[in-house]
Amino acid sequence: MLQILDENGKVVNEDEKPDLSDEQLQDIMYRMVYTRILDQRAVSLGRQGRLGFYAPVAGQEASMIGSHYAIDKEDWIAPGYRDIPQLLWHGFPLWQSYLFSKGHYKGGQMPEGVNALVPQIIIGAQIVQTAGIALGLKKKGKSQAVITYTGDGGASQGDFYEGMNFAGAFHVPAIFVVQNNQYAISVPADEQSAADTIAQKAVAAGIEGIQVDGMDALAVYAATQKARQNAVDGNGPTLIETLCYRYGPHSLSGDDPTRYRTSEEDDEWEKRDPLVRFRKYLEEKDLWSEEKESEIVDQAKADVKAAMKEVEETPRQKVSELIEIMGNELPNNLQEQLEEYRAKESNK
Amino acid sequence: MAEMTMIQAITDAMRTELKNDEDVLLFGEDVGYYGGVFRATEGLQKEFGEDRVFDTPLAESGIGGLAIGLGVTGFRPIMEIQFIGFIFEVMDGLAGQMSRMHYRTGGYYNSPITVRAPFGGGVKTPELHPDSLEGLMAQTPGIRVVVPSTPYDAKGLLISSIRSDDPVFYLEHMKLYRSLKGEVPEEGYTIDLDKADIKREGNDITLIAYGAMVHSALKAAEQLSEENIEAEVIDLRTVSPVDLDTIIESVKKTNRAVVIQEAQRQAGVAAGISAEISERAILHLEAPVARVTAPDTVYPFASDEDVWLPDHNDIVEKAKATIDF
Ligand SMILES: Cc1ncc(C[n+]2csc(CCOP(=O)(O)OP(=O)(O)O)c2C)c(N)n1
Repeated sequence: MLQILDENGKVVNEDEKPDLSDEQLQDIMYRMVYTRILDQRAVSLGRQGRLGFYAPVAGQEASMIGSHYAIDKEDWIAPGYRDIPQLLWHGFPLWQSYLFSKGHYKGGQMPEGVNALVPQIIIGAQIVQTAGIALGLKKKGKSQAVITYTGDGGASQGDFYEGMNFAGAFHVPAIFVVQNNQYAISVPADEQSAADTIAQKAVAAGIEGIQVDGMDALAVYAATQKARQNAVDGNGPTLIETLCYRYGPHSLSGDDPTRYRTSEEDDEWEKRDPLVRFRKYLEEKDLWSEEKESEIVDQAKADVKAAMKEVEETPRQKVSELIEIMGNELPNNLQEQLEEYRAKESNK
Repeated sequence: MAEMTMIQAITDAMRTELKNDEDVLLFGEDVGYYGGVFRATEGLQKEFGEDRVFDTPLAESGIGGLAIGLGVTGFRPIMEIQFIGFIFEVMDGLAGQMSRMHYRTGGYYNSPITVRAPFGGGVKTPELHPDSLEGLMAQTPGIRVVVPSTPYDAKGLLISSIRSDDPVFYLEHMKLYRSLKGEVPEEGYTIDLDKADIKREGNDITLIAYGAMVHSALKAAEQLSEENIEAEVIDLRTVSPVDLDTIIESVKKTNRAVVIQEAQRQAGVAAGISAEISERAILHLEAPVARVTAPDTVYPFASDEDVWLPDHNDIVEKAKATIDF
């Protein structure tokens, strides 16, 4: 397992330490703190019934931010339902992510220049699509990569193997990240597969595979950076397994993690918290302060407020609008229904 | 008799059959230790052990294949697909394999499998969780598609499904899981899988529905009754094959029919039924057979579903238009 920072923020693997400037290191911390606050706010908005579907991310910041920080603005992301932070840092607006959560079609409209798919609900679907995106990029001669995310559970899905195998066979610029947060809803990772690691599944696809400490942003960054370089250099895909933990429930739709996890286990993982160790690392270098951190907290909270306002001002979608966006062209059955629903809506 | 919610009746049916036949196995994602995301299998692993009730890795195609293999080795699998939108991953298992096992082996093997899946709108689940895909499965010969609407029916139909040597796709409407209670006998009992049920008698119009729409149809019937229109409400209970005898007999009496489904209008169960009525009872009809359905878009998830889903008002309106034709 690749680790660079230990739990106390000490460098344990000087050789693999990525070459990042002070500003970049601060930027990674900034993003992790911001993401933690967004998560806390989303959980509380969710509990108030002001969001729709939401899957908490606390505990996975190093895995999410560390990997995303290593890719380019031009690269593609094919996220799973939990991978909202990476999308946000890729340029997807926060208020739209809330509309996605509520199921509003405007929550799926990528802004110009954001190369990303909508977060995937069907586990595994994004992985085969990633092979397609990567092949597309290769055929167009772009020096871009595509990164996709799933969980330890997702690594059991047939699509996971098909996606990696295709990417290997076509030798395309794809990065497959499995965030092994130990549980697929209630099922622990060791009941998901008899394989020692998920990373080793790369062998069967004939691609690179690496397991990293997913609570260590530097390790995740280093692994992803290398994978990206290989991808754009034409050296084929990589599978990265990040060992991490989700502190919260699987989603806000009724999951109670105390039914399948102990508080000792939670405590054990919280000791390895990605923010704590990165903060210690930066403090040691005099690159971080409490003031800095509280500014970020305030900023994140203000951004959430502004985004929620925008969401609450967005008109509710109409059935007639859904009919209009079913396809590029309106087939005759929908033409008739469009008129029917428009009439119905104007009577309301 | 005990008062039970639909989900309790479903658990009770599985408990009854796990007790009754040691070849019955129950498996799927999160169904074992956790007791299912809806708690439908709660307590069953504890009671029957991990050999009989167990979690699988996260792979629907794998779950379907496992069921087929266990089926031909003498077991009677109950497999859970966590939400209906995930049946696409196991579509070959369901439509391509289980459904034709008996046929392609000339009756040498069976698929004594029950596939349980929650479906249905009105509870604000994310996309690909609530879709009504029964029409897709109803297109497949060789697999029965059962949709209970009451706790009593849920238990009896599930026991019949588990005991059936043919595969049954058993759909549980999420909105009905806990929203209503009913009397359910404690002992095991079965309900004929191919028989519709008349949930309300009437002479003026036949309302044909299944799943949660049965309750909307009953509500519509109450409202129509205030205007002296007595509707007969048929609960299909099984949407493939459809019990046409019950439907045609009712239409011959009322001379009018409205077919109701939560699913989109194009193709599907209601379309098939309305064609059958036209073919078999056209001379008994006083008005065209009408349909109440959702529009032909993707299920809109959460924020819009209450507008998108048909309700009792739509049924009342269609019924009156049919009467006034
Ligand atoms: C094809 C499919 N099957 C099942 C589900 C239901 N489901 C949603 S999340 C989940 C567990 C996923 O666990 P994992 O892949 O480890 O990712 P994590 O949620 O832990 O990030 C399940 C079973 C789904 N969304 N799609």
